[in-house]
Amino acid sequence: MKRPVRDWLLGLWSVAALVYLFIPIVVVAAFSFNDPAGRFNLEWAGFTLEHWQRPFAVEGLGTAFRNSLLIAAISTALAVLLGTFMALALVRYRFVGRGPTDFFVFLPLATPEVVLGAALLGLFITMGVATGFVTVVIAHTMFNVAYVVVTIKARLQGMDTHLEEAAADLGANEWTAFRKVTLPLIAPGLAAAALLSFALSVDDFVITNFTAGQTSTFPLFIYGAARQGVPPQVNVLATILLLAVLGLMALNVLAQRRRARADGAAVEPARIAVQPGLAQ
Amino acid sequence: MGATAVTATPKSEPAATDADIVLRGVTKRFGDLTAVDALDLSIPRGSFFALLGPSGCGKTTTLRMIGGFEDPTEGTVLLGGQDVTDLPPFKRDVNTVFQSYALFPHLDVQRNVAFGLERRKLSKHAVRERVAQVLELTQLTGMEKRKPNQLSGGQQQRVALARALVNRPRALLLDEPLGALDLRLRRQLQIELKRIQTDVGLTFVHVTHDQEEAMTLADEIAVMSEGRIEQRGSATDLYETPRTQFVANFLGLSNLIDARLTGRDPRYATYETHDGATVRAPSELARDGAVRLGVRPEKLEILTEQPEGMNVLRGRVEVAAFLGVSLQYVVRTPGGEELTVIEQNRAGANGGTVGPGRDVLLAWRPEHPFVVDKETEHAG
Ligand SMILES: Nc1ncnc2c1ncn2[C@@H]1O[C@H](COP(=O)(O)OP(=O)(O)O)[C@@H](O)[C@H]1O
Ligand SMILES: [Mg+2]
Repeated sequence: MKRPVRDWLLGLWSVAALVYLFIPIVVVAAFSFNDPAGRFNLEWAGFTLEHWQRPFAVEGLGTAFRNSLLIAAISTALAVLLGTFMALALVRYRFVGRGPTDFFVFLPLATPEVVLGAALLGLFITMGVATGFVTVVIAHTMFNVAYVVVTIKARLQGMDTHLEEAAADLGANEWTAFRKVTLPLIAPGLAAAALLSFALSVDDFVITNFTAGQTSTFPLFIYGAARQGVPPQVNVLATILLLAVLGLMALNVLAQRRRARADGAAVEPARIAVQPGLAQ
Repeated sequence: MGATAVTATPKSEPAATDADIVLRGVTKRFGDLTAVDALDLSIPRGSFFALLGPSGCGKTTTLRMIGGFEDPTEGTVLLGGQDVTDLPPFKRDVNTVFQSYALFPHLDVQRNVAFGLERRKLSKHAVRERVAQVLELTQLTGMEKRKPNQLSGGQQQRVALARALVNRPRALLLDEPLGALDLRLRRQLQIELKRIQTDVGLTFVHVTHDQEEAMTLADEIAVMSEGRIEQRGSATDLYETPRTQFVANFLGLSNLIDARLTGRDPRYATYETHDGATVRAPSELARDGAVRLGVRPEKLEILTEQPEGMNVLRGRVEVAAFLGVSLQYVVRTPGGEELTVIEQNRAGANGGTVGPGRDVLLAWRPEHPFVVDKETEHAG
C-alpha cells in the first residue's frame, strides 16, 4: 500500500506548488475589483466595477500601456523577421563567420539584463542617440531576436533537409521552396517565438529602464507609481494582459492539438514558458 | 559551382547520341575524401539502369550530381545532350525519389503529388487529371486526403514515386527507394516498379546495394566500388563473366582459384592451378600473369569417378549442409582453397551420401569458368 500514499503526497505537493504560484496572480486580479479607502490598494474595502469601466482614468497609464503594446508589437515583428532568416542562414548555409554569429546570438540570453541595459545606454550615449521609444524598440528587438533564433533553429534542425531538396527537385526555386515547404513547417515555432517575444517585451523592466529616456511603458509606470500606491487600474490592465496571454496560449495549444489530430500522430505541443506580463 | 573548364570535348561522342544521361570524368571530393572518382557513365534512354555497390561507394553522390544537389568537383553532367553541370535542381528535367521519401508532411497525398505540376503553369483541371492518373498507376486512388504520416511505409514509397512520375521527367532517379521496407513488401514493390517503368517508358536510374534487386529490375547494371565503375552489363554478363574479383564476389558467391596461363587453342585456354592441376577456361577470357579462375558454386559437381572433358579438382568435404532447396558443401583442395558447392536437392531423403571427411572430385564444364586479375585483398 505504498503507492497510494506516494501518489497522494505527490498530489498534495503539486497543489501546494500551484497555490504558491497562483496566489499572487489571483490577488492581483481580485484587487482590480477593490474600492480602496486610501491611496494604497492593499486592503479589501469593497467591491466595485468602476476601474474596469474606466481603466485609463489614471493620468499617464494609458500612454504607458499603449507604448508597451506598440513596442512589443514592433520589436516582435522585427525580431521574427530577422531571427527567422538568421536561423535559416545558420542552419542551412556554411559561411565565413557562421560560428561566431551562432555564438553571439546567444549572448543576450546569457548576459544579465542589468549589464545589457547599462551597456546599451552607454552605447546610445556614445553614439549621441537620444534615448526614447526608438531605442527601447531597438533594445527589445535585440533580445527578442535571440529567442526567435533559438526557437526557429531548433525547429529547422529537426526538419529533414531533403524536404527542401525535394521541393527544388520538383521545380521550386529557393523562394518558392521556402514559402511552400519551410515556412509552413516552422510556422508553429514562429507562433511560439512571437508569443514569447511579445510577452518578454511587455514584461521587460530593467533594459527598458536604461533605454527609455522620457518614454514610459507599463512596467515603468507601475514602478513609478508604486511609491505612492499602485492604482487599481493597473490591476485591471495586468489582468487583461494575463487573460490575453492565457487566451493566446490556449489557442496555440488547441491549434497544435488539431494539427496533431489531423496528422494522425501525437505532435508534442511547443512548450512555451511565458511569464504573464505582471510588473515586478 | 563545379569546375567546368576541362569540358572542351565536343558533344559528338558516340555514347551521347542515344544516351539520356551522360557523366564525363565526374569527380566529387569532400575534403580529402574522393566519393566519386573520374566517373564516365552513359545511361541509355528508356532503360531501367541500376547503380549497384556496397554502402559508401558513392552511389548517392553520383545520383545527387545528376539531380543537381551536389556540384561535381570536376567533370560534366549532360542531360539529353545539354550540359547541365551548372544548373540548379529546379531547372533540371529529372526527378528524384529520395531514400527517406521526403514527403511534405504538411500536405496531403493529392497536394504532395501535385507539387511539381503546380510549379508549372498548368490549369487546375489538368493538374487534377494528371494527379488522378498517376495515383491510379501507383494504386493510391482513394488516399488523396491522407497526410504522409497516415500512410504505411509502402504507401509512402508509392506517393514518393507518384510525386516524381507525375512530372513526366526525362529520367527518374531512385535512391534505394525500397531500402526502408521489409523484405516481402520490397519484393512486391520491385515487381510493381518494373511494371510502372515498362508502362511509362521513362529512364529509371535505380541506386541499390541489393544485388538481387538490381538483377530483378535492371536492363543494365553498373557495379560501383570506391567511387568508380568496376563493370557494367546485363545481369547475365555480370554474373557469368565478372571481370574483376570485386564484381565476382559482390554479385553472388564465387570460388576463386589462383592459376597461371600455360597455353591456348582457339576454343580453350589452359591454366595450371597453384596446386598443380590443369584446368581449361574459354579462350576469349584468357589473361596472362597472376590471375584467378572463378567458378560459381552451382556450376560445380561433386563426383566420385573421373568424368570426361571436364575440369576436375580433388578435394575433401569439410562441411555438408542441408538447406532444403539445395545442399551446400564446402570442399577443401590440397592447395588449401575452400570451394563452395551448391547442389539442387534432387535426391530427397535418400541423398546426403557425401558426408564430411569424404575425398571427392569437383568437376565443372570448361566453358563455365571466368577469369579475373588477382588482386591483393580487396573487400568483397
Ligand atoms: N556531404 C558529405 N560530406 C562529406 N562526406 C560525404 C558527404 N556525402 C557523402 N560523403 C562520403 O562520400 C562517400 C560516398 O557516399 P555516398 O555517395 O552516400 O555512398 P553510397 O550512397 O554508395 O552509400 C562516403 O564515404 C560518404 O561518407
Ligand atoms: Mg546512399
